[in-house]
Amino acid sequence: MLEIKNLHANIDDKEILKGIDLKVNAGEVHAIMGPNGSGKSTLASVIAGKEEFEVEEGSIVLEGEDLEELSPEERAHKGIFLSFQYPVEIPGVSVTNFVKTAINESRKARGLEDMPANEMLKMIREKSELLEMDRKFLSRSLNEGFSGGEKKRNEIFQMAMMEPKLAILDETDSGLDIDALRIVANGVNKLRNKDNAIVVITHYQRLLEYIVPDYVHVLYNGKIVKSGTKELALELEEKGYDWLKEATV
Amino acid sequence: MAYTEEELKKELETKEYEYGFYTDIESDTLPKGLNEDIVIAISKKKNEPEWMTEWRLEAFRAWQEMEEPEWANVTYKKPNFQDISYYSAPNKKPKYDSLDEVDPELLDTFKKLGISIDEQKKLAGVAVDIVMDSVSVATTFKKTLAEKGIIFCSISEAIQEHPELVKKHLGTVVPKKDNFYAALNSAVFSDGSFCYIPKGVRCPMELSTYFRINQAGTGQFERTLVVADEGSYVSYLEGCTAPSRDENQLHAAVVELIAMDDAEIKYSTVQNWFPGDKEGKGGVFNFVTKRGLCEKNAKISWTQVETGSAVTWKYPSCVLKGDNSIGEFYSIAVTNNFQQADTGTKMIHLGKNTKSTIISKGISAGQSQNSYRGLVQVSSRADNARNFSQCDSLLMGNRCGAHTFPYIEVKNKSAQIEHEATTSKIGEDQIFYCNQRGIDTEKAIALIVNGFSKEVLNKLPMEFAVEAQKLLEISLEGSVG
Repeated sequence: MLEIKNLHANIDDKEILKGIDLKVNAGEVHAIMGPNGSGKSTLASVIAGKEEFEVEEGSIVLEGEDLEELSPEERAHKGIFLSFQYPVEIPGVSVTNFVKTAINESRKARGLEDMPANEMLKMIREKSELLEMDRKFLSRSLNEGFSGGEKKRNEIFQMAMMEPKLAILDETDSGLDIDALRIVANGVNKLRNKDNAIVVITHYQRLLEYIVPDYVHVLYNGKIVKSGTKELALELEEKGYDWLKEATV
Repeated sequence: MAYTEEELKKELETKEYEYGFYTDIESDTLPKGLNEDIVIAISKKKNEPEWMTEWRLEAFRAWQEMEEPEWANVTYKKPNFQDISYYSAPNKKPKYDSLDEVDPELLDTFKKLGISIDEQKKLAGVAVDIVMDSVSVATTFKKTLAEKGIIFCSISEAIQEHPELVKKHLGTVVPKKDNFYAALNSAVFSDGSFCYIPKGVRCPMELSTYFRINQAGTGQFERTLVVADEGSYVSYLEGCTAPSRDENQLHAAVVELIAMDDAEIKYSTVQNWFPGDKEGKGGVFNFVTKRGLCEKNAKISWTQVETGSAVTWKYPSCVLKGDNSIGEFYSIAVTNNFQQADTGTKMIHLGKNTKSTIISKGISAGQSQNSYRGLVQVSSRADNARNFSQCDSLLMGNRCGAHTFPYIEVKNKSAQIEHEATTSKIGEDQIFYCNQRGIDTEKAIALIVNGFSKEVLNKLPMEFAVEAQKLLEISLEGSVG
């Protein structure tokens, strides 16, 4: 599904990613962990195509297609979804209207007609129930005045609506209390299937108790310094990151 | 391609005026210049009664003594008033019974505008009185309206057919000496619309006028007078587009609304005059005086979407004379490239328990300057007057400006005045967020701007809301791709 090779990326001439290799197959869940400033969010942004970052070397290939020349929206049309760590507010644009626009723009890019209104409504109802969202929430302005938990739930709601091939969840657990975390994780688990893949970026292994990864990678100083199975997350929880830092210095 | 803010700004600047075409219709145009003879000639050409000619001359004499105002937050080269032709009428001017008789080129013009009369006729409940340059060319739906006793015609026709109504109301809300441009308009106005709704009648359809400047070097001076008699209701739509021209064109209209006891007037404007090119060359000077008078329990709502003109100077106002009367002002003003807008409203509370609401949304892009200027005045007699004002500004890029000049004058202790203001910026983060969801930058800007403007767009009649949204997109997006 996703293959990243020797990825180097800069922002303002400062190298953040220093040679990342990562292979994610359909049906897999990968967790990327690491201390603050290790480059986790940068990796997410670079995969999504954020232009501030310059890819100096290496490649990102999604289903055999090199993404280098593709704009963020084209990558989205190919099925890449990023759940933002800090979702932005768009006053006056309702959650429903935003999701509707997003879905129909992607459909247009694939040469499809707009989704019929009744189908859209049905889907909205199903997915909002999945995430135990209040219907009133859907008519509120996107992220405006949302609590941290509501923002994250809304991200996963959009993921559910857009049915991406590759979903990257950037610190989705931050700002969530334990109940909200359970709902969000439960939602994500229901969206898992053999045809899609999920990359979970997180600080703590707490989220990984709910969304159980197939693989865990540790990102430190712009490189993946260790990969393993879900037990690695537990080890990190216990020992912190310092032992890895020492190992790489 | 994704977009940085820098590129975004560039794209916004490359937007060209979509309606920049010129219709070649023979015109009957007076020589350039302005003096008493010209004023008399205009009046004669229109076959006006003597009282009207005198009225114009009085206005002209007053105008000669007046100075062009300079207090607005705009800078421009003042027009040379002797270099303008003050009258231009399409030559072939018989009234048509059907569209087939109308000059095909004219029809074509409307097709380019996407407002063909054909379409308009079919649009349920919309009567269209089209002003092409200065003389009405076609009036539709008149019959239906006549059955209800509603008069909807050109102001020239009203002067001929309903002189008593015109004489009684013209200049009562905007006196001919009100200000420099109002005086000029009073002297030389060529045409415009007149509307009268009889007592207790609810106008069954939206009344709509499309204005258009069509002659090179011809100023346009419309005069609109809407009179809603006791207990009546009317919703009036005014839309404007002007073709592309290199020299600046002057547009100085006067609109007067009179809402008698218990009457309601809703006046909606979509203004898309040529804004000038991306270097700031050309464009329309839009110096407009719009004012409404509310008698007891009456209500006037102004809703405007202003996307055009190089320089705009416009303050649709309400004089809340009668007790319990209500004034509303909902505005979206978009400026791009080198456009300058100084717009807002005046709410003059004279009666008791009068209420006013002001919602202003300013959107600035390019190197444009967008100012809100508003006055809320409560007189000593106006017990329990209430006003709520909200002025929001949205900035795109870092070379444009947003300014707010709220004036509040209160002479009665029982007044309640609220003023809220915000300034925000379309950020790269918002754009990237939308991009990531598969929404391209052009669409993202439209979405954000529409969201920002929603409270005002919601106040527009359905037929207009769609067009207004389209205009917002045209004004701010252009050639992304």
